Amino acid sequence: MADSINPHLKHLLPRSPEKPTLAPDQQSVDLEPLTQEKKGSFSRRSFLSGLSATGLLAGAAPLAAAAPLIEPAVQNDADAAGSVTVTLRINGKDYTLKNLDPRATLLDTLRERVQLTGTKKGCDHGQCGACTVHVNGRRVNSCLSFAVMHEGDEVTTIEGLGQPGNLHAMQAAFVEHDGYQCGYCTSGQIMSAVALLKEPIGPSDDEVKQAMSGNICRCGAYTNILSAVKQVRSRA
Amino acid sequence: METFNYVKAPNIDKALAAAQQAKFIAGGTTLVDLMKLTVETPRTLVDINLLPLDKIDKLPDGGLRIGAMVRNSDLAWNADVQKSYAVLSEALLSGASPQLRNMATTGGNLMQRTRCVYFREPSAGTPGGYGCNKRTPGSGCAAMDGYNRMHAILGTSDHCIATHPSDMCVAMAALEAVIHVEGTKGKRTIAFADFHKLPGDTPHIENALEPGELITYVDLPKPVEGVTSTYLKLRDRASYEFALASAAVVARVEGGHIRYIRVAMGGVGTKPWRSHEAEAALMGKPANPATFKAAAEAALAQAKPHKENAFKVELARRCLVRSLKTATA
Repeated sequence: MADSINPHLKHLLPRSPEKPTLAPDQQSVDLEPLTQEKKGSFSRRSFLSGLSATGLLAGAAPLAAAAPLIEPAVQNDADAAGSVTVTLRINGKDYTLKNLDPRATLLDTLRERVQLTGTKKGCDHGQCGACTVHVNGRRVNSCLSFAVMHEGDEVTTIEGLGQPGNLHAMQAAFVEHDGYQCGYCTSGQIMSAVALLKEPIGPSDDEVKQAMSGNICRCGAYTNILSAVKQVRSRA
Repeated sequence: METFNYVKAPNIDKALAAAQQAKFIAGGTTLVDLMKLTVETPRTLVDINLLPLDKIDKLPDGGLRIGAMVRNSDLAWNADVQKSYAVLSEALLSGASPQLRNMATTGGNLMQRTRCVYFREPSAGTPGGYGCNKRTPGSGCAAMDGYNRMHAILGTSDHCIATHPSDMCVAMAALEAVIHVEGTKGKRTIAFADFHKLPGDTPHIENALEPGELITYVDLPKPVEGVTSTYLKLRDRASYEFALASAAVVARVEGGHIRYIRVAMGGVGTKPWRSHEAEAALMGKPANPATFKAAAEAALAQAKPHKENAFKVELARRCLVRSLKTATA
């Protein structure tokens, strides 16, 4: 099915990550962005996005032959007009992104080009904190920054903080204190909380709440989030 | 968002040369936000994050030179600022969120634009869209008869009632900062009071910068001996929200009388609102509730409320009184 897709739409095809080796009790998560050579394997996310991209809601194995792409489909060597190339250092690895639209925010680039979907888009206007990542160790809203501006910066996302089986202390504390319900704000909360550990924030609960106030939670898990942050602070 | 050319400037000369129909981008917290709404549509973005303007240095005369690229959080946490210009640190820490404060810069905060919902509406100022004289002069002002709860009561005109949203600027107004700019024609300084413009009949002109000029430093004068300074911000929730009314006060009391006073208010003015009226009513007077009340009356005497923001008049008075109490305690 993928072969018959209009070539102009090829760049919308899903990109499937290689499945990491899992313990029996673990679920598959998208941890590593895929390399250009991977073909064939797919995840729940790529299956669902593939259905919408092809416009099919029923049909035999539409993604069996999905060809994953990182680069937008520009067939010749010349850059698409107005596009830029940037090398981003994310979680310690370099990613050279060609034909990047200069308008691409760091958030969209992380999620759509590099396939690191742990960082979430909440409001896209710097008003919710769901998109919080670290740039050079400091917490920022990745929705309000263009990717092209971060050449030479160290970007850390939730994926770089810890992994299943190797959780960062803050992630473990969030689990222990049930610091989330739907989980959508959680990666931003955790990134914010970790960065907070290096900021001159006072000791009281009120000060921690102020320092975490750039991350809002529709489910209202604030009390448990505070407990998790306090636990890690007290042990730091 | 309209697309743009991107230029990363390695030094000030190259930055100035690139600034043709261009906007400088530093933290991006205002600019990217407004570009997503097509309120700002620069053809070229000049990234100034490499410019060597990120230091805070003591000046020979005892003042402080703040580089335009100093991040809001670094400025707020600076030991000299906390010790000698506490109102500035308090104001910065009351604004935005920790993430935004890590991105936003001194220069960018000066250039921050109004949160008026009509100004921020993508199609405002265009045929068929809401009238917005700030977006398109002559197109009208939808806020006058519309949602104007957050809008200004001081410094308004028949053309525009949009509030200036910055907290940092209110503190800097009270501290009488001086802004250094550089353009292709050379360097100059602008007194803080002259930097932001009243809307008058030209609300699209918000500040004194010439096209292509770059803010390089903000100087704070030598700290005044024996003053206490404070910032009080009142708003709908305790954090991550713009001011309904705020008051920056720098005061020295000797023998029960006010011997030095500077007052500036936020959330109520079309520009950071230095209140000479309040200062005149306070200078030399006994530091007591009656004096503070009189000063608050004077500060808000010219207030022009609209349908939804009349509450700000009394709120602003009480905000100033409370802030004066704190500064003179």
